[in-house]
Amino acid sequence: MSDLENGAARVRFYQTGTFTVGNRLIDPALRTVQAAPDRPNALTSGHRACQGCGQALGARYVLDAAMRATGGRLVTVNATGCLEVFTTASPESAWQVPWMHSVFGNAAPVAAGVAAALAVKGKQDIRVLAQGGDGGTADIGFGPLSGMFERNDDVLYVCYDNQGYMNTGVQRSSATPPTARTATTPALGAEPGNTFGQGKNLPALAMAHGIPYVATASVADLHDLEAKILRAIPMRGARYVHVDVPCPLGWGHAGDETIQVARLAVESGLFPLFEWQAGAITGRTQIRRRVPVDACLRLQRRFAHLFDGSEASRARLARLQGIADANIERFGLAAEETRS
Amino acid sequence: MTTTRPFAIRIHGRGGQGVVTAAELLSVAAYHGGRYAQAFPSFGSERTGAPVVAFCRIDDRPIRSHEPITAPDVVMVQDPTLLHALNVFEGLLPNGFALVNSQRGPQALGLAPMLARLPGITLRTVPATEIARRHLGRPLPNTAMLGALAALTGATALAPLLDAIRDRFSGSVGEANAAAAAEAFAWMGSDTNRPASTVEATC
Amino acid sequence: MLKQIEGSRAIAETVALCRPEVICAYPITPQTHIVEALGEMVRTGELAPCAFMNVDSEFSALSVAVGASVAGARAYTATASQGLLYMAEVVYNAAGLGLPIVMTLANRAIGAPINIWNDHSDAMALRDAGWIQLFAADNQEAVDLHVQAFRIAETLSLPVMVCVDGFVLTHAVERVDLPSQAEVDAFLPAFKPVQVLDPDAPMTIGALVGPEAFTEVRYLAHRKLSSALELVPQLAAEFQERFGRGSGGLVHGYRLGDAEIVLVALGSVNGTIQDVVDAWRAAGRRVGALGICTFRPFPADAVRTALESARQVLVIDRNLAPSSGGVLATDVRAALPDQNQQVRAVIAGLGGRAITRPVLERLLEQATRGAVEPLHFLDLDRRLADGGLERIS
Repeated sequence: MSDLENGAARVRFYQTGTFTVGNRLIDPALRTVQAAPDRPNALTSGHRACQGCGQALGARYVLDAAMRATGGRLVTVNATGCLEVFTTASPESAWQVPWMHSVFGNAAPVAAGVAAALAVKGKQDIRVLAQGGDGGTADIGFGPLSGMFERNDDVLYVCYDNQGYMNTGVQRSSATPPTARTATTPALGAEPGNTFGQGKNLPALAMAHGIPYVATASVADLHDLEAKILRAIPMRGARYVHVDVPCPLGWGHAGDETIQVARLAVESGLFPLFEWQAGAITGRTQIRRRVPVDACLRLQRRFAHLFDGSEASRARLARLQGIADANIERFGLAAEETRS
Repeated sequence: MTTTRPFAIRIHGRGGQGVVTAAELLSVAAYHGGRYAQAFPSFGSERTGAPVVAFCRIDDRPIRSHEPITAPDVVMVQDPTLLHALNVFEGLLPNGFALVNSQRGPQALGLAPMLARLPGITLRTVPATEIARRHLGRPLPNTAMLGALAALTGATALAPLLDAIRDRFSGSVGEANAAAAAEAFAWMGSDTNRPASTVEATC
Repeated sequence: MLKQIEGSRAIAETVALCRPEVICAYPITPQTHIVEALGEMVRTGELAPCAFMNVDSEFSALSVAVGASVAGARAYTATASQGLLYMAEVVYNAAGLGLPIVMTLANRAIGAPINIWNDHSDAMALRDAGWIQLFAADNQEAVDLHVQAFRIAETLSLPVMVCVDGFVLTHAVERVDLPSQAEVDAFLPAFKPVQVLDPDAPMTIGALVGPEAFTEVRYLAHRKLSSALELVPQLAAEFQERFGRGSGGLVHGYRLGDAEIVLVALGSVNGTIQDVVDAWRAAGRRVGALGICTFRPFPADAVRTALESARQVLVIDRNLAPSSGGVLATDVRAALPDQNQQVRAVIAGLGGRAITRPVLERLLEQATRGAVEPLHFLDLDRRLADGGLERIS
């Protein structure tokens, strides 16, 4: 930031015949962490994520925001998964923070152990961040995560939800949406893609534990993601942030459509953005331009079978629309001008 | 008591009657008395009211073996309802001791046919539940039984037993238990009582 | 200080003397008394500073220990049986990461059929996870091994599993000489981790290793674990010097001089075996015993040396590798290249079946007649077994 400030002071602007500089730059304190040239780059470049990887983008913002919030006093624990594999192919590491990976399902208890050790050693200025994908969080690591929540261990747990086991070749997880095609829910038979179950709403499960802070975020609104990490980090106890991170490989959209897909998920109500503290919703991102779920799903090849024009597919699309509508209703996301 | 093998005690009772504690207390008493001892429960699920067994070995030299006791010198029965539910005297060594918690005399227990198969056994009863009620206000017979056991078998002297009890239970609870053990010790040792309630040899 | 004390309580008090900073626990019989006692000591402040964490599973228990260790804390947990299997993935992981965690294993059978009683199936199932595995012969050794375990673990930066026979030792009240805090402090210096999550020196721990280096990493793990064969006896000797009693080390030979038949075993059955050996020696019979204290790394040289005079080696295996035999016997056989030495796998004491003196004496009598098969099931109820065979054939 100092470079920019210094640079701004040195460089003179000349535009349309005047040296007048406008007032379009926001206050440095409010700018995104990534806007600063001296951002920590906790997850630095050169890693092996796919083009357009939503998780790589989300993790970079999460980590740098956490580094800012902690003044660099941060340690991280990672579940097995894409993020772990594409960042730490030995002898290379993309992590410029203390980072450790144990196994798939134990990011939460390992982080809890780290936090307990730091507390015993009087090093509570060092904050603990745990990261996992939806498989490591909602499935194999759910019991241990629930334990971490229930004990209110001093850990911020961030789930990067790409709605499936992408690292192993796009298999279904409990976070895979209904109808989505995966390697283990092929678009075949009477119920193509993932079946309609009851769903497993991780943020709601986190809230049910009554932990101090729960939020959802999306790579479609990175400033909001940063803001939520900045708010969550200084709190004590178990905190949970669930980030929607589209996966071009698994979802079947183009690499340059990741942000668009994520934004349409927000605008359709498929992925509601909200913040929850002390037992109540304290913030929500209202939808100004509401779109039907088709707009979001059409970009993803995993839903291609929904658009075959059949009556059955239309019925399934309607069910998905119903899920999105229910989200909007539940969290009060309909902005005034779009409410009917 | 032979010096070539440990003196072995088996204690029967029901979950909640302090059977395991009794074996432990006996071992601690022996330890306080300068001897080597080993106590262990029969290992199983812990359910109140279920039959429970615990064991104790006492010796003048270190006890290396951890095998279960199948041939005890003493069988102590804290709950007389077990007498006809299972063979509590199984493996009892010739000339061994059987001590039963009962207000009734040994002859009244209906054990004659079984004792006929066990030569030289000394069977005695002690009203441990009543003694416990008087001192503790609760029917927890284990410490009273141990007092009687000490008097009957000499497995431990009274003083180290009382030390062990006071180690285990602090304050007034410890004192009440020690008093129960002491009363049962005296009761068992009194001449007036002994002949009347002893079934010698083959009864 | 001498105490007449339950094994679990003695272990807990000793672990507390080792000043663990994070203890995590998930209850499983027969490990519970150990962690209950430690939890109480943390609550009363007798053990401080220390975090005691009740977790949701054994998987989480060892994971918490992994996290604590990697953050630079001395970490301890205890488990048994199914619990060890439930944490198996993390058991391997802790060794692979080289984290000096100490874990008590209250040895218990593995189901099905479910069985809460003692055998060594649990330890054997994870024998190749890369942990050092020490077996206690009695509660005095169980206590002493825990003090040594932390020192061994932290010297080598490897996890150590102290195996204690469930119920038989954990629930036995015996005379134990508990060390003092000063003695333990002098033997066990403060933990200095070789790898730690530290913002001042960022480190990536637990990275992916590909085919180009994985063999080498595993080779180094083999060399590191094997190096315990030197360290363990050194520390046992130092322990004896400081504490005045012999505990730990690789193997314990008993009356092996000129012994022709030798009983080899892990754990608490060694006491009964020694009683039997004494009786047979008194009758002029040339028998001896070899207790294995360090099972992993396997002390093949020490075993070979100890069994030099033996013509027949009866390995009491409290485990069964179905269709293969006994795990310990397999290792002992591999350590004895001399074809003239007969090694017999004696499967015994499964699921709490007592290995009694009469049963062992019968075994020795059979051995003197050369009537013990290469794979022998001790004390097998033939009627029960044959009935089952009829049904499945």
